[in-house]
Amino acid sequence: MCGIAGIIHRDGPSDMGSELTTMLQSMKHRGPDSTGYALYSEPDDLVTIRFMLAEPNEYGSFGVDERLERNRAEVESRLAKIGAVLATIHSDTGYAFRATVRYDGDLKPLADYLEDIPGCEVLSLGSSLEIVKDLGDAETVLEQYGLDRIRGTHGIGHVRMATESDVDLASAHPYWAYPFADVAVVHNGQLTNYHQWRRRLERSGHRFQSECDSEIIAVYLAEKLAEGTDLQTAMKGSLDDFDGVFTYLVATSNELGIAKDEMAAKPLVLFESDDLVVMASEEMAISALVGREVDTRDPFEREVLTWQV
Amino acid sequence: MAGLTRSGVVYDARGLVEPDPEPPMTAQIDGDRAVIDATDLTTRKINLELKRIVYDEGVNDVTILNPGSRHSLGVGILKRCHITFEGSPGWYACGLIDGPEVQINGRVGWSLAENMMSGSVVVEGPAGSLTGAALRGGDLVIKGNVGARTGIDQKGGTIIVTGRAGINTGFMMQRGRQVICGDAGDGLGDSMYDGLIYVGGNIASLGVDCVPAEMDDSDHEFINRKFEIYGLGTPPDLKKFECGKVLHNYDALEPSERKLVL
Repeated sequence: MCGIAGIIHRDGPSDMGSELTTMLQSMKHRGPDSTGYALYSEPDDLVTIRFMLAEPNEYGSFGVDERLERNRAEVESRLAKIGAVLATIHSDTGYAFRATVRYDGDLKPLADYLEDIPGCEVLSLGSSLEIVKDLGDAETVLEQYGLDRIRGTHGIGHVRMATESDVDLASAHPYWAYPFADVAVVHNGQLTNYHQWRRRLERSGHRFQSECDSEIIAVYLAEKLAEGTDLQTAMKGSLDDFDGVFTYLVATSNELGIAKDEMAAKPLVLFESDDLVVMASEEMAISALVGREVDTRDPFEREVLTWQV
Repeated sequence: MAGLTRSGVVYDARGLVEPDPEPPMTAQIDGDRAVIDATDLTTRKINLELKRIVYDEGVNDVTILNPGSRHSLGVGILKRCHITFEGSPGWYACGLIDGPEVQINGRVGWSLAENMMSGSVVVEGPAGSLTGAALRGGDLVIKGNVGARTGIDQKGGTIIVTGRAGINTGFMMQRGRQVICGDAGDGLGDSMYDGLIYVGGNIASLGVDCVPAEMDDSDHEFINRKFEIYGLGTPPDLKKFECGKVLHNYDALEPSERKLVL
């Protein structure tokens, strides 16, 4: 069991970090192991990189501080070598970093070059997306990363109850659709043909950060987008290609979509008004955000919906 | 280790609300009527207060304000009484009840009235999946759409849906009736043992061993009576479905032979 949530503000940016936290915290019972956010702001000239250099449970152990310092210097050095001009870099936690760079090149070599550094994992890359995820509940992650300062136009989030993979940051959602800028996925469910699709996608040159079945969705959609398929068509295709039970949300810099499998075995509730679209695994998350009774609906089986932001 | 969150609610180490057996004693009681404002109460406190009022105070008409989509509200009430929710309960609302007449002025989440034994639940809006799961008796009326697997494992009672129903409606139902006024998703009545399903709209597909049947006078009488009781107007033209009785041990076939038959 996991909980997913998404918000679109049609009337401009809002306190997206705080709002998603309110929703995710109300669904803590669906997953206390880790919490993650994909937060979207107005596109910027700069590329924002969210990356980590160690797992949270490694942090503080013997020799890690020196390794982190060395690897951070290596990140800065490699950014310079690949032609990315570093504008800012900071860490809220000591092991997870946020950097902004001026960079016009292809994102894939940039991500690959950074991830070649031992322990380095790029969580997100893009001009409007920032993925923040860590162990613990939503309020813990909000305080750790100062998410109450982050404003945005839309976002998706996830609370995780570990079932088929470990309690660690690599298994936490959202997943960035490497190497595509600003594409992220959160998922509730199980994909039963995970290994089949993983082998197929690996043969096509895609890389995986985790053993988590949810990452397949992000990589699958990334491949479809690379082929020129639009997001909604790619999502509809996923309903035929994936076995199992699932509901997932996907976001790009200007779109947000939901997909529900043919068994409709995983919940999702939707509220839509002129200025707001909100979705969550449980209605209580919508009530917590909106603060009043609203008319909601459950999407049916095999339903795919997308919204332009 | 328990800790206080910003909202002031105490959670235990698993993130669950700490058990506390004391009802909050916050209901406004006026003769045979009472009102519980659930705004600042946890699920446990709401249910404790409801049971105190119905059983200890003998109140027969309770209104719950601001249920806030909390789960498992109004469960296990085994007494005839009226309960009104002004707003939307979450999942598992009114499960295992025996006797109450429940009015929900909102929508509900998954597994409404699971295992209800008698009484009625009327929802003035849509309901999620697994509505009326393992229903044993009583009437369940949804004035809107319902999700997947409505009346799964239904063992009795009646479910009326004025809107559309999702996939596997009536999955493995064993007894009772369902009236779906709108469309029904794939696998209608899949693997049903017995019972009757009436559908007014289009059916995406029938499930295994669910077959069409002829409407007769008793069907019309039953449906008209239920629609009149709940003020639902004139029933739509309905198609009737029942169990074909070739799947579940209704024969002496070996499993391999049964596969051939199906």
